[in-house]
Amino acid sequence: MSLPTWRIPGPVLALITLAWVSGAATAAVPDAQTIVANSLQAFYYAGEDMRARISMRLINAQGKERRREMILLRKNIGKSGEQRYYIYFRAPPDIKGTTFMVWKYLHKEDDRWIFIPAIKLVRRIAADDKRSSFIGSDFTYEDISGRAVDDETHTLLRTEELAGRAVYVIESRPKTRADYTRRLSWIDQQRGLPLKEEYFDARDEKVRVFTADRIEQVDGYWTVTSRTMKNLQTGHRTQVRFDDIKYDLGLKKNLFTERYLRTPPRKWLR
Amino acid sequence: MITASLMNRASAGDVELAGFVQAHAVARMSNVDCPAGTECAVPFNEQRLQLKAEGGNEAGSLSFLGKIDLIHDSVLDERVGEVRELYADYNSDNFRLRSGRQIITWGLGDLLFINDIFPKDWVAFYSGQPLQYLKRGSDALNLDLYLGTTTLEIVLSRFRGDRLPDSRQFVMGSPFSPLLPYHIDEPTGAELALRLSGNLASWDAAVYASHGYYRAPALTATATEVYGFYPRLNTLGATLSGAFANGVLNLELGYYDSVNDRGGDIPAIENSQARFLVGYSRQLGQETQLGVQAYAEWLQDYHAYERSLPAGFALRDEVRTVATIRFTQRYFYQTLTFNLFAFVGLSEGDSYVVPSVRYAFNDNLWAELGANLFGGSRHGMLGAMGDNGNVYLTVRYAF
Repeated sequence: MSLPTWRIPGPVLALITLAWVSGAATAAVPDAQTIVANSLQAFYYAGEDMRARISMRLINAQGKERRREMILLRKNIGKSGEQRYYIYFRAPPDIKGTTFMVWKYLHKEDDRWIFIPAIKLVRRIAADDKRSSFIGSDFTYEDISGRAVDDETHTLLRTEELAGRAVYVIESRPKTRADYTRRLSWIDQQRGLPLKEEYFDARDEKVRVFTADRIEQVDGYWTVTSRTMKNLQTGHRTQVRFDDIKYDLGLKKNLFTERYLRTPPRKWLR
Repeated sequence: MITASLMNRASAGDVELAGFVQAHAVARMSNVDCPAGTECAVPFNEQRLQLKAEGGNEAGSLSFLGKIDLIHDSVLDERVGEVRELYADYNSDNFRLRSGRQIITWGLGDLLFINDIFPKDWVAFYSGQPLQYLKRGSDALNLDLYLGTTTLEIVLSRFRGDRLPDSRQFVMGSPFSPLLPYHIDEPTGAELALRLSGNLASWDAAVYASHGYYRAPALTATATEVYGFYPRLNTLGATLSGAFANGVLNLELGYYDSVNDRGGDIPAIENSQARFLVGYSRQLGQETQLGVQAYAEWLQDYHAYERSLPAGFALRDEVRTVATIRFTQRYFYQTLTFNLFAFVGLSEGDSYVVPSVRYAFNDNLWAELGANLFGGSRHGMLGAMGDNGNVYLTVRYAF
């Protein structure tokens, strides 16, 4: 038998954080590390779990469009930043029914598995590629599932207003070699969500731009429901919409196992 | 109650339809003097329509899937319908029962099979068909029992053999007179296969056992015919897969117990074997992936095999070793994929290389150009296919 542990429910924690952040903003500005940590929390960890229907439009410089549609299930595990992701692809037709699972850890490589329905094959896949494109989009795996706050060093450049919201402007530099040398983020002071991000390459040219195009409150959590990542060098962009979002559904841990990779849980996928 | 059952009925109408049309053509590469009766220059040319239907009830307890291929074979001038998969599932908290024709894939090997003892279509494979066609469905009852964090899979199936290259489309040496008719008996008994899987620390582990038959017949010539039957085969095996050195390490082993030839002295029947596989794959660059494998087949009772091999048959090595390499590079937001898979027969001195380029024009249409290239010693298992080197083109429109 294990000893009872005190756990602060996510929403309460968020309220405390918000109160602390907004209180701090009037007194003293929090340090960059804290701002980014809170932002990662708000953007990638809202709720204990979540479900969403994701539609991606992959648009090339000529305006030609491809579509990806998937159901995302996500669950936080403990307080160490560990998460489980489950993705069921609904479109395009050639990959429909494919399922993908990530056990995300902050301080070691993720575990990833894919299920290919045409041959009923489950395969563990190498996860040393957080910066490669997620299913041919402008988002990387890391953009989808997040990074650790100490993967980068952060500096608060200034505070300003963006689209009527008070924001912190943060510069982050990766500690190990990455495809970008620095990243600027405009982080909503009150809600913690990133409203805009710019990635710069080794020649300090702007390569990719992320924008949060629509933000809504869902089940009490501020959520980016519409977002775009644009590659300025190729002219390619990816527009993503989150629909049918639900938080705190009580998703069980065993949903994120090979069993459900092979037999998608219909209940959560419609 | 009535409303609920009506609603159930309404949601039971939740059936999704999909499919594709596909054209696939193959040209033989080398200038081969094909024997009469073998399609030579263009051994394969077919158009295929696959229709898929799947659905189930809202609770998820009942579901089904059906995939039927309608094939027009322009080379053999045949029209064939083929049931690829047709099964129904019953899902409960503790088990899943799948009954009907189903594709089952076990084990970790990339195109090298130890614990995947289920039927395969080598004709599709050597002719460059998309990989899904390497697997044939099994007519089976498949029970998955969920026992906490482990799963026990029990597969009870009717025998289905591999589809093997034949002389209508392949040029292969045969020790038998081409004039003799073939008579092959299929087993009537059921087959049983078990798989117990779970996690060992952060590794995926599984053990396997099966009681069934070899999927290729043992052939012997009499004065009037070539007689074939499928010998009994029992297998035992294990796999382990996990993260290692920024990649994925796969380990697999198995023992093939050749029940009808435990002494190893019946030349028509395979000797018992121990099989080993080590595989490692990792990312090399942002869109570049590399996989390597080393594989060994160790013939048991080798001396009995040597003694009993009839004159004129090439002697196999006691340990057959094969290395494979897979290199995949993707371009232009993953619309263009270059793939190279190579088998290198280390012990037999032969090789089999499959390069391919696939381009996705849009979400529905892709085309793949590739080749199947055999080289090296004609006595090797891969080199023996030497007269069947080909280039292929596949175009698929999915809907």
